[in-house]
Amino acid sequence: MTTLEEVPVAAPQRAVAGRPARKRLRRREWLWGFAFIAPNGLGLLAFYIWPVFQTLYYSFTEWGAFGGHTWIGAENYVKLVSDPEVSGALKNTLLYAALVLLGVPISLVLAALINTPGLRGAAVYRVLYFLPVVTMPAAVGMVWRWLYNGDIGLINHVLSLVGIEGHHWVADPRFALYATAVVGIWMTVGYNMVIFAAGLKGIPKDLYEAAELDGAGPVRQFFSITLPMLSPTAFFVTVLTSIGALQVFDVIYLMLGSNSAALRNPAIDENQTIVFLFFERAFVDNDKGYAAAIAFVLLLVILLLTIVQFRAQKRWVHYA
Amino acid sequence: MPERVARRTWPVHAVLVVGALVMVAPLVWEFLTSVKSFGESVRVPPTILPGTWDWSNYTKVFHSIPFGEQLLNTVLMTAGRTAGQLLLCSMAAYAFARLAFPGRDVIFMLFLSVLMVPSQLFLIPQYQIMQELGWLNSLQALIVPGVFSAFGTFLLRQFFLSLPKDLEEAAGLDGANPLRIYWHIMLPLARPGLVALGILTVLWSWNDLMWPLVVNNDPEQMTLSAGLATLKGEHFTDYPVLMAGSLLATLPVIVVFIVMQRRVLEGIAFTGSKG
Repeated sequence: MTTLEEVPVAAPQRAVAGRPARKRLRRREWLWGFAFIAPNGLGLLAFYIWPVFQTLYYSFTEWGAFGGHTWIGAENYVKLVSDPEVSGALKNTLLYAALVLLGVPISLVLAALINTPGLRGAAVYRVLYFLPVVTMPAAVGMVWRWLYNGDIGLINHVLSLVGIEGHHWVADPRFALYATAVVGIWMTVGYNMVIFAAGLKGIPKDLYEAAELDGAGPVRQFFSITLPMLSPTAFFVTVLTSIGALQVFDVIYLMLGSNSAALRNPAIDENQTIVFLFFERAFVDNDKGYAAAIAFVLLLVILLLTIVQFRAQKRWVHYA
Repeated sequence: MPERVARRTWPVHAVLVVGALVMVAPLVWEFLTSVKSFGESVRVPPTILPGTWDWSNYTKVFHSIPFGEQLLNTVLMTAGRTAGQLLLCSMAAYAFARLAFPGRDVIFMLFLSVLMVPSQLFLIPQYQIMQELGWLNSLQALIVPGVFSAFGTFLLRQFFLSLPKDLEEAAGLDGANPLRIYWHIMLPLARPGLVALGILTVLWSWNDLMWPLVVNNDPEQMTLSAGLATLKGEHFTDYPVLMAGSLLATLPVIVVFIVMQRRVLEGIAFTGSKG
């Protein structure tokens, strides 16, 4: 901090520095710049950027049982288009993402409620709602499988108390994806709520004061002020939640997967998502060429949906 | 006045309490199951509170899976990734935010593009690199790819850009080179940003599933996340022990979160506002 006092002395020196000196200084700054980004940059290049191209190449190859691979042109992609497993997984993925998006309005309402002026215990609520976000997915999957258990699960027990007959939620192909999406929402609501809460803080208070003077109640204020002012945040949250949900793996693997063929969940084939299929092809069946092609289908889907969302935002997002 | 506020906020409390119950109930159920005997855990209808509190499940965990080794692996992986990211990302972020060099913006866009790509597109070659280095089933495999981060660089760059320039300019005129400016001036100033990135990296690393699952399949080399996932109650169906293990595994991050809740939530909100 002693350097502060020396500023006035140092400043004129710079003014009289000649051109060659300045050039040398700039060169030196270049070197420093490259040196600073090199470790992270080279790592990203080796482990993230180059692998994308490598994966693209693999998507045009076929893998043998002993690790070698041969170029087969676009065959993987041709096969993929008419593969019912891929189209099924794609459909499940889109359905799962749509279901998880239902959590976005829930998080918005929760954020607005927690932001109620004069509400006591807001910090406690925030922590409780955020707990599922930090809980290890493996632990989450474990307890939800237990809760959903058809014979001894708590959920069916509670349902039976009110006279509803339960099902084998995660083992029944009709329900497994919905049951998983509930967990997906449960795990993300707190996260999105925090982002919405930050957005709420950015809304000028006088808007609400003016509305109050005009006699607008809290519900009216929510729809006429909060919602439009929060639409950029809602857009951001929607895009991020969709991208995350389209890549769902953890909860599917943990709730519907199994580690041995003998105990395979009857619901998995009809409820698997695209990343789960990718994982099985790449690391269980060692069909890495086909898996690579599946990964590019996922990239395409994400890109398309994100573009659609950016196009559609003009209709509902208000930028102040 | 307080009475009026209280009267106005009780419907809000009603909704929030119901929601909070939904959020917490599964975790409470996990705990209650973890202290039941196996016989009681499968009883129909289920008991809510355990008849006898059976804490032995927590010691059984250590005999059923190599819990100690997996805990150590998880701690080392999390520490390694977090330390690596904090150093490498802050260095790169400082350069992107403050130094002028040719190609800077193009390289930055290249960094950003990594953020847009789903991780499945990296996974197969990453696995192969590990295989070729002979790193499968090793600690390095868990740590190394995770120390490089485009997200961390982006987050810290935004943070550096929001800092005033006077201190470093003064130091620069004083002859300090960028390394000293970075280390002695920028890093201390960037503490809140580093803490935010650090916490997020800890949370994500601790809970990471797919990568540990892919590279380390020897139970002794697994992380807790992968170890519990591969148990998943098949040949091992003692659910109370599984619940005890799950809770033990997740407890450290829950404690970190509760102790540093303000920082965590600020960090999440910060990443949200920078999107």
